[in-house]
Amino acid sequence: MKRLRFILAAGLALATPLAPLAAQDSLPPAPYAYRQLPDPAQEAKAQALMETLRCLKCQSQSIADSDASMAGDMRNEVRTRIAAGEDPEAIRQWLIERYGDYVSYTPQVKPLTWPLFAAPAVFLGLAALLLRGRFRRARHLRKDKA
Amino acid sequence: MIAELGLAVLWMAAALAVLQLVAGALALRPQGAAMRGVVRPVAVMQGVLVALAFAALITLFITTDLSVKLVAENSHSAKPLIFKIAGTWGNHEGSMLLWVTIMSLAGAFVALVEKRLAENTLLATLAAQAFVSLGFYAFLLLSSNPFARLPQPAPEGAGLNPLLQDIGLAFHPPTLYVGYVGLSIAFSFAVGALITRDVGPAFARAMRPWVLGAWIFLTVGITAGSYWAYYTLGWGGWWFWDPVENASLMPWLAATALLHSVSVLAARNALRAWTVMLGVIAFSMSMVGTFLVRSGILTSVHAFAVDPARGSFILALLAIYIGGALLLFALRAGTVTEGARFAFVSREAALVFNNVMLCGILGIVLVGTLYPLLTEAFGVKVSVGPPYFNPVSAIFAFPMLVVMAVGPLLRWKDDRGGRVAPILAVPALVALAAGGAALAAGVRLLPTLGLALGAGLAVASLLPLRGRNLRRTPLPIWGMVVSHLGLAVAAMGMASESAFSIETLAALSPGETRQVGPYALTLDRIDPVAGPNWTALQATVSARYAGGEADTLTPQARVFANPPGTRTESALKTRWNGQLYVVLGEEAQDGRWQMRFWWKPFVPLIWLGGLLVGLGGFLALIGRVARDVKRLVAIDKIAFRRERQGR
Repeated sequence: MKRLRFILAAGLALATPLAPLAAQDSLPPAPYAYRQLPDPAQEAKAQALMETLRCLKCQSQSIADSDASMAGDMRNEVRTRIAAGEDPEAIRQWLIERYGDYVSYTPQVKPLTWPLFAAPAVFLGLAALLLRGRFRRARHLRKDKA
Repeated sequence: MIAELGLAVLWMAAALAVLQLVAGALALRPQGAAMRGVVRPVAVMQGVLVALAFAALITLFITTDLSVKLVAENSHSAKPLIFKIAGTWGNHEGSMLLWVTIMSLAGAFVALVEKRLAENTLLATLAAQAFVSLGFYAFLLLSSNPFARLPQPAPEGAGLNPLLQDIGLAFHPPTLYVGYVGLSIAFSFAVGALITRDVGPAFARAMRPWVLGAWIFLTVGITAGSYWAYYTLGWGGWWFWDPVENASLMPWLAATALLHSVSVLAARNALRAWTVMLGVIAFSMSMVGTFLVRSGILTSVHAFAVDPARGSFILALLAIYIGGALLLFALRAGTVTEGARFAFVSREAALVFNNVMLCGILGIVLVGTLYPLLTEAFGVKVSVGPPYFNPVSAIFAFPMLVVMAVGPLLRWKDDRGGRVAPILAVPALVALAAGGAALAAGVRLLPTLGLALGAGLAVASLLPLRGRNLRRTPLPIWGMVVSHLGLAVAAMGMASESAFSIETLAALSPGETRQVGPYALTLDRIDPVAGPNWTALQATVSARYAGGEADTLTPQARVFANPPGTRTESALKTRWNGQLYVVLGEEAQDGRWQMRFWWKPFVPLIWLGGLLVGLGGFLALIGRVARDVKRLVAIDKIAFRRERQGR
């Protein structure tokens, strides 16, 4: 069922001059695309960030899960910046400025996404209402018995 | 010739569906008694005809009849036979025909064996089923004809996407479809019972095997799909919150809730309206899933807007069926009372709580899946991924796990918390110990909670068996215990994967060794190998666990010719305490090879748990069906005896 993703990925890879990074397709992969940072703490930080960044050429894969060359370049970018001591959220903002909100799997809090963050609260409220109504009736049952 | 025959029987089946709908509707009226005898045979015949049409399409794929458009676009003469057959449903038209086939066969089966329901409710159910089928017949015949010919036969077929040429994936979509379609039967039962105002335990008992069966298939389908993604995609991920995955998860969540509420209805005659509502929701989610996957809307809202024919068709079906069912529900809701009452501390109450939690998760997944489509329609592309779904669904999932541990120990109708508290001391201690150990090991919050609740629930799920004679314990009880245990096991696997996985990327020359967790991995050599329709580079890797004997793993990077494509074949080594995952990447410039290694402690528990959940469902289904058969035989005997006495 996931074939759409790959057809799309392949199609995009062939057809779209998506970003400046894509122009480097013919070059060897960037140094940190398939190499980890020597410091495990930094690598863990980079990994956590990469898992929440979208591979723009794939469908529904993070850059930590993709063989696309652009994902490799983005991994390199993330690892290099983490190694330089940058804050992960600052790197995310830098990427969002460059590629748009789409690149971040963590939705950014802004008016457009407020409903998304309100959803859990709304569902919790609905759940509470549903359960309350039911158990209020149940309490009557108890009283009836007493 | 075969193609034309297939199309002809498909049209005839559609005509029979019309007859089934009309005859069923007429038979419900007092003056329609003459129609009563027609409905069942028509339903059976309709199933037979569609099965013939599907057999015709399979034949076309087996013989690779390249004058048929669908075959030319999706098959290839040099493909292994099994993938030629699987190719029948590996495309849009074929998969919709499969959908209709399963649906009509299920309808035929209901017509043949269902004897408990009041005759009127059954007729209404079959009419509703025909009404649902008709929409899909129209969709097939008007916009997705699988039997269309090409003006000129193609010289060779275009082939099947290499990612789909995998035995697991060949049977993954049909498995999910059986699940979806099973829910359509549950939906028809709900509609039928609403029409005849007959929502009660008999209806619940008739509906339950279908819900249970659908749910088993969905469970197994999702588990298999997750494992397929895990070993095929080559990066060790097992769940991506991809819209296509969510499309299969949502019906499962709804079916899980429905399964539990239908059991309450069958046993206690409570939750009537709620069960009917869930029946409608569960099938709605199947249709939403089909819409998401089949309309092309996932690739882009704009792609959908450019060629909206198919998507609009499914959307229209969705609106007609779901809107119609909800309207009927609204009209009849007043006449469906909630049924028997129960107290705040009771098994019903626990089931209701978890039903609501499941619906909460369902709501979150639905909103998170559809939200990007919504914003894209307004010109802004956003992504909603694991950082949203994981914590937000946990808000509902973790309380659910707690109540799951308690619920099965409670009595029906009314109970005291004080009675079960001492029984639950052991699982509570286990949960605290596991959570404490995880925290001490520096595990993050969500995996810690997952480990603690999983461990506690694993113990608690066995408690309903205490004090029972295990040989005499009814199968449905065993089913519940095994399913709940499976969910606990899966939760621990997920938490462990997220907390303890070790990833190592390495560029290795042959002969070099790298340590990954407990494993020492040596790249021995790289060889070219060839399969029936692919060639590959294959790495031979020796893996020594804690300095022991070497296991040989052979990950491959495969290249397919028809159509061109590549696929990584990861190599896995499973131990009782985890799995080693090895992937061969590309050759680096200096002649070394990119390798990716993961050591994932206890990760197989995820799928083992999923299979246990399905196995539990299977045990329950056997138990229920066996009991039904026994009862049917008894009824037949009585009828037979009466007949003889009367003579």
